[in-house]
Amino acid sequence: MELAIGIILGCCALGAGCAMIAGIGPGIGEGNAVAAACEAIGRQPESKGDVTSTMLMGCAVAETTGLYALVIAILLIFVAPRMLVNILLEAVGK
Amino acid sequence: MEKQKINPKWTDRLLIGGMILPIAVGALLKILLIPAAEGVEITGAHIFFTIPLPLGGLPITETQVNQWLVMISLYFVCRYLTRGLKKIPDLKRQHLAEWIVEQTEKLVKSNMGEYFADFAPFIGAVLGLSAFSSLLSLTGLFPPTSDLNVTAGWAILVFFLITYYKMKCGPIRYLKSFAEPVPFLAPLNVISEFATPVSMAFRHYGNILSGTVISVLLATALGGLSRLILGWLPGFLGEIPLFRIGLPAVFSVYFDIFSGCLQAFIFAMLTMLYVAGGFPVDEYLSKQKLKMQKASKKTSKKLIKNSEVI
Repeated sequence: MELAIGIILGCCALGAGCAMIAGIGPGIGEGNAVAAACEAIGRQPESKGDVTSTMLMGCAVAETTGLYALVIAILLIFVAPRMLVNILLEAVGK
Repeated sequence: MEKQKINPKWTDRLLIGGMILPIAVGALLKILLIPAAEGVEITGAHIFFTIPLPLGGLPITETQVNQWLVMISLYFVCRYLTRGLKKIPDLKRQHLAEWIVEQTEKLVKSNMGEYFADFAPFIGAVLGLSAFSSLLSLTGLFPPTSDLNVTAGWAILVFFLITYYKMKCGPIRYLKSFAEPVPFLAPLNVISEFATPVSMAFRHYGNILSGTVISVLLATALGGLSRLILGWLPGFLGEIPLFRIGLPAVFSVYFDIFSGCLQAFIFAMLTMLYVAGGFPVDEYLSKQKLKMQKASKKTSKKLIKNSEVI
């Protein structure tokens, strides 16, 4: 019984960690976006405001996939263990 | 005469009280009704009570209460800013109000075009509500935007707006737009249609929630660090989490203030882009023109007939 609960908790934590590998993608993408924005500002300093707001906008959109992973990780850490343990207990109780 | 001089001041004070009071009520509710967490805990919204309804109970949570408090507070802010408007402004707050309105209108016009100029109040409301909801975390209350239900509600509203403006050119054109560029991509187009509100809701919610979670983790870590380093001090001196003072505030500037305002701006921006992007203004206007011309031709023919009869 303890072993089963331990496996559930451990796998939930492991899954959350694996899910956050998705953070690599937005990191690289946003880095590229900011690099391009810096280049553009260097070339045309007068268009700094427009470039900055567009860059922030693009960064936020690129961040979405990372945030999906974050939501799944949070669910795995805070919601899933309790639910799964309850399911296990119910199954054993029957 | 004196009464007239005193009255506006008191109204001002009343309005300022109206801004601050809801936040104070929220803090009081939190202190009185929510059991204090032992140590640092990450929990969802506290459920105050549940209204029994035929289809399952309707829980009244911290989110709803705080959202209403923010709305009441914002209402008083607006009343305060727009009180006693004059043609030649002499008050600072009128300058501020005019600046806000002008900036919002400029933003809407530059992103959506002239046709959607009436959208400025809606976009302003979205911006204000979202920003103030996120900034509520500065007062220690539960920010409503870190609950998925709130942002999902807004995103569904935006989804209906997008669909309405896509439908405006006729339902056949709307259905046809799914078969572009190739008909067999229609399922993917349907999925992307529903992915819009989902991604908007998750983006806003995830950013605010991640800020909260990281702040809590940071506070815990700093508490542990100070216990590790300063734990040898005698008595209660060793128990004071010294590193927790001030340091988390630096990160809070990014996670609470910058992230909250940025997400509000992005939500409003995406609303504008999606609504304006799904609606072919030129086509709609040319269609309207054709209709008008047909109608005017008909009326003119009728007029000619009538005149012939006469």
